[in-house]
Amino acid sequence: MESIILFAPLVGSLIAGFGWKFISIRGAQWVSTGLLFLACFFSWVVFFSHGPETQHIQIMRWIESGTLSTDWSIRLDRLTSIMLIVVTTVSSLVHLYSFGYMAHDDNFKHGEESYRARFFAYLSFFTFAMLMLVTSDNLVQMFFGWEGVGVASYLLIGFYYRKPSANAAAMKAFIVNRVGDFGFALGIFALYMLTDSVRFDDIFAAAPEIAQTQISFLWGTWNAAEVAAVLLFIGAMGKSAQLFLHTWLPDAMEGPTPVSALIHAATMVTAGVFLVCRMSPLMEYAPQAMAFVTFLGASTAFVAATIGLVQNDIKRVIAYSTMSQLGYMFVAAGVGVYSVAMFHLFTHAFFKAMLFLGAGSVIHGMHHEQDMRNYGGLRKKLPMTFWAMMIGTLAITGVGIPLTHIGFAGFLSKDAVIESAWAGTAGGYAFWMLVIAALFTSFYSWRLMFLTFFGKPRGDKHTHEHAHESPPVMLIPLGVLALGAIFSGMVWYGSFFGDHDKLNGFFGLPAHHVEVPDGHGEGAGVDSHGEAGAGDQNPTEAAVSGHGAMAASHGTPQGAIFMAADNTVIDDAHHAPVWVKISPFIAMLIGLITAYWFYIINPTVPKRLAENQRPLYLFLLNKWYFDEVYDFLFVEPSKRLGRILWKGGDEAIIKGGINGLALGIVPWVTRLAGRAQSGYIFTYAFAMVIGIAVLITWMSISGGAH
Amino acid sequence: MSADLNIILPEIILSIYAMVALVGAVYTGKDSLAPMLVWATAALFVVMGFWIGATGSGDVMAFNGMFRNDAFARFAKVMILISAAAVLAMSQGYMERRGLLRFEYPILVTLAVVGMMVMVSAGDLMSLYMGLELQSLSLYVVASLRRDSAKSTEAGLKYFVLGALSSGLLLYGASLVYGFAGTTLFSGIIAAAGEGHLTIGLLIGLVLMISGMAFKVSAVPFHMWTPDVYQGSPTPVTAFFATAPKVAAMGLFARVMFDAFGGAVADWSQVIALLAVLSMFLGSFAAIGQTDIKRLMAYSSIAHMGYALIGLAAGTETGVQTMLIYMAIYVTMNVGTFAFILSMERDGNPVTDIGALGMYSKKEPGRALAMLVLLFSLAGVPPLLGFFAKYGVLMAAVEADMVWLAVGGVVASVIGAYYYLRIVFFMYFGEDREDSLDKSSSPLLTGFLGVSALLIVVAVFNPLGLTVDLQNGAHAAAVALVN
Repeated sequence: MESIILFAPLVGSLIAGFGWKFISIRGAQWVSTGLLFLACFFSWVVFFSHGPETQHIQIMRWIESGTLSTDWSIRLDRLTSIMLIVVTTVSSLVHLYSFGYMAHDDNFKHGEESYRARFFAYLSFFTFAMLMLVTSDNLVQMFFGWEGVGVASYLLIGFYYRKPSANAAAMKAFIVNRVGDFGFALGIFALYMLTDSVRFDDIFAAAPEIAQTQISFLWGTWNAAEVAAVLLFIGAMGKSAQLFLHTWLPDAMEGPTPVSALIHAATMVTAGVFLVCRMSPLMEYAPQAMAFVTFLGASTAFVAATIGLVQNDIKRVIAYSTMSQLGYMFVAAGVGVYSVAMFHLFTHAFFKAMLFLGAGSVIHGMHHEQDMRNYGGLRKKLPMTFWAMMIGTLAITGVGIPLTHIGFAGFLSKDAVIESAWAGTAGGYAFWMLVIAALFTSFYSWRLMFLTFFGKPRGDKHTHEHAHESPPVMLIPLGVLALGAIFSGMVWYGSFFGDHDKLNGFFGLPAHHVEVPDGHGEGAGVDSHGEAGAGDQNPTEAAVSGHGAMAASHGTPQGAIFMAADNTVIDDAHHAPVWVKISPFIAMLIGLITAYWFYIINPTVPKRLAENQRPLYLFLLNKWYFDEVYDFLFVEPSKRLGRILWKGGDEAIIKGGINGLALGIVPWVTRLAGRAQSGYIFTYAFAMVIGIAVLITWMSISGGAH
Repeated sequence: MSADLNIILPEIILSIYAMVALVGAVYTGKDSLAPMLVWATAALFVVMGFWIGATGSGDVMAFNGMFRNDAFARFAKVMILISAAAVLAMSQGYMERRGLLRFEYPILVTLAVVGMMVMVSAGDLMSLYMGLELQSLSLYVVASLRRDSAKSTEAGLKYFVLGALSSGLLLYGASLVYGFAGTTLFSGIIAAAGEGHLTIGLLIGLVLMISGMAFKVSAVPFHMWTPDVYQGSPTPVTAFFATAPKVAAMGLFARVMFDAFGGAVADWSQVIALLAVLSMFLGSFAAIGQTDIKRLMAYSSIAHMGYALIGLAAGTETGVQTMLIYMAIYVTMNVGTFAFILSMERDGNPVTDIGALGMYSKKEPGRALAMLVLLFSLAGVPPLLGFFAKYGVLMAAVEADMVWLAVGGVVASVIGAYYYLRIVFFMYFGEDREDSLDKSSSPLLTGFLGVSALLIVVAVFNPLGLTVDLQNGAHAAAVALVN
């Protein structure tokens, strides 16, 4: 069943990509979508039927070279099963949605170009690579999936290959990700060097030792665990668009909107968060690296939110919102509450995919107009889309009843993140950044809603007159995601952020405060390798005994995530003061009221504010000038270097050398040889005599003649 | 004595056949018998080839060591006989249509082949010279077979004069060697020379002998005759020159080097390496300027001999083995290529201008494809056989610590690829000229072309075990020679 989940998208991709001529474009769409729904169904089955224990399913051996031994293998635990449902659910809904969204596209010639089959093939290929990433049981396989999603992202951002901006955005995404991937690769090398293995089990078991090891890197000697953790996090920064490596994400909105929903909101960009959570047994031993993660996550959340305040392109607003929410997830992971990071990842996938698909529906209805300044009053024209977007907005801004567990998905998960941040940093930088970001989130989300659906129609009259609601095939995915956006938080709150028993049971964690007599170590040893049969054991007992073994001898960590014995952030978060718990709600209210005042009651305020605070406005509108600075620091010097190598190295030296040889020296020698061939016997005989003289000389010089 | 005769029986049979055929033809039908004689000779060659290949075994000497029959000699003889038979079979139609088919032709070829067989079996300076002269004298005559053509007679005369010079050098060298070693037997020479470096007298004798043999394999700078003779001779004769005599001369070369001077490999391997490099580069460079395909093939064979000499220069068992394999593959490719050249004609007249091949692929796609395969293989493009031939000798050089030689070989092959590919260019992209070629009328030639091209392609897959047989045979030959 797990293999079917993994390979159904690949099969769908191959059939759609190479076989559409035989089964028609429509057939290709149905096959890939059908296989995705099959994978989705099985994923939910696995999610509900598979317990918290870790299971390994070997598919085949991959690399066997010296001590490097790598399998294609599925590591099935709670983290994997969460990611499976996130990926396959959103992906299958996006496939379905794309039937409508991609039906007509002015970027391609109708009836001549099979862009739809290609689109579905790419989508399915992306899903396969993403599943490969989340199911891997070693770093190399994960890297394969990591690069695979990178390729798919590149292909889909540049899907409208006739648009120069799309091509540029695709290249930017790929190149910026190279920086992160370089860090990730270095992290893999470091861990392989330290543990002689790339398997997660081996690395996790060795984590306590790694934490005691020093390695030399660049100019100094560092703690090995810190170095490896930071390197891996650099990889995560690239993929998850964290500050300094985030510039590609807004540009990635050049891709078709379903792609933005699937790849650049719900799944691929969360791979970095998944990586940090997956490597939690290592991360727990790298406190400084984790502090860095927290700091960078909080900063990202804040910076992205400020930029989101002033953007006018509907997709860019949501893109910055995504970046900001990813920052939330990293803060949660950084303070050591991996379950909460996964919780926010999980709920965010639903409501952000929904916002994107809703935005796609608006764009579709408005004939590919994306500037919100040209929207307005669309509530009547697009009622279903309006309600979907409304649910999404309520979810992302965190609407709920304070101090209870009733509310939209984002209310529960975001509040959990903020409480964890308060507990993890003792009410420090990260906490305040996140609260302010929550205020901004509320403001720009409502701004988006008000500008789009309320007020009077602006912009091109003709477009507004012809605005139309999307077809059912696009609305059904919105409906399904709406369920997730409303209920996923409430249903799984306990599992991700509840009390010990629920949390530990869900993730298969060892319980902190349960004293366990030693002597169950053997059981833990068996379970740690996760061979067949381990699943028969009572998982809780195995986990508990695993803790006993760990306390005694640093055995293999159990469960999907690992929290060190002294990690009590989650308890502290539960016992946070009331003002902490209601602070995000208050921030949300302030944002909502401000947005209402700015865009409904008195629409002239924003304009006046922008004029009064012009430098600040421009600073935000230009995204803190990151692109300009990077352009100056990296892009232009690289281009100059490239031009030198191209003009000087390639054209002058290599091409000039080859041409000089081929067009100058070779014909010259040829002519010479032709002239020597005079046709006269005496010339020939003379050559022979000269030859003998040369040979005897040569022989005398080269060692003979003693 | 009868044991000695037994060992040399194939040569005796061929000699008697040649004399009987000569006398018989003179007194009976003369030239009208020629076609029959050609076929009979070719058949006899094939029978002899299989006989030697199948029955011969061991390492035996005859006439007090003057004649040696070992695995190396047998391997070379099979190659000589089969390639000579192939060339004879190909030439019959061509020569008959042009009135060149005299009954002396097959007989002269037979005598040349006998000479070659003696060459590769030589165990003594005297038998060496006998074989060499028998071969050379026959070839001088064959080269000027077209008596009424100025070019053909010029070719024969040039070949004769220069050949006489080279024979003189060889004899001079041989007499020096005899003088310093005190014997003409190879086994005696190697004992006299001893291990390590040669004395100055032996050294100069060796260089002179190398020069004489380098003339036969047309290695630079003793190659000057080759383009003129290749171009001037009737095409079937050119085809013959390019195949069997090259194998024989290469075999003789290896025979002398290892049997007589095997103790001083370091001394001669440098010289042969120099010859190899010069041949490869001159062959590659000079061929670029050619427009006549026969002249081009002359330079091509000079370059190829350079590659084969790399194997010899390595001075190892692997080197000899790869050299023999190289020669076998070279002969296969050349038989196919000349089958193509023989069929190049317009209004019944032979054409050798490569420009006339313009857009040949449109007219005869199959033959063009076969020729393309052969040319790519000659250029050494993987996965064709020609690549593995080159790869083998280059690896032998690398293993013998002569990396510079291997690098030179690679560079030369890149340059050489140009003129082979130029022919391909003409066939596939060239301009379709008014005076383009006729359609081929000879199924036999097409057959040779096709089989040769097919072998080049499928040999990698070891069809009928042939490839492995070739390797095993070459290995056994190399072992017999080097040890």
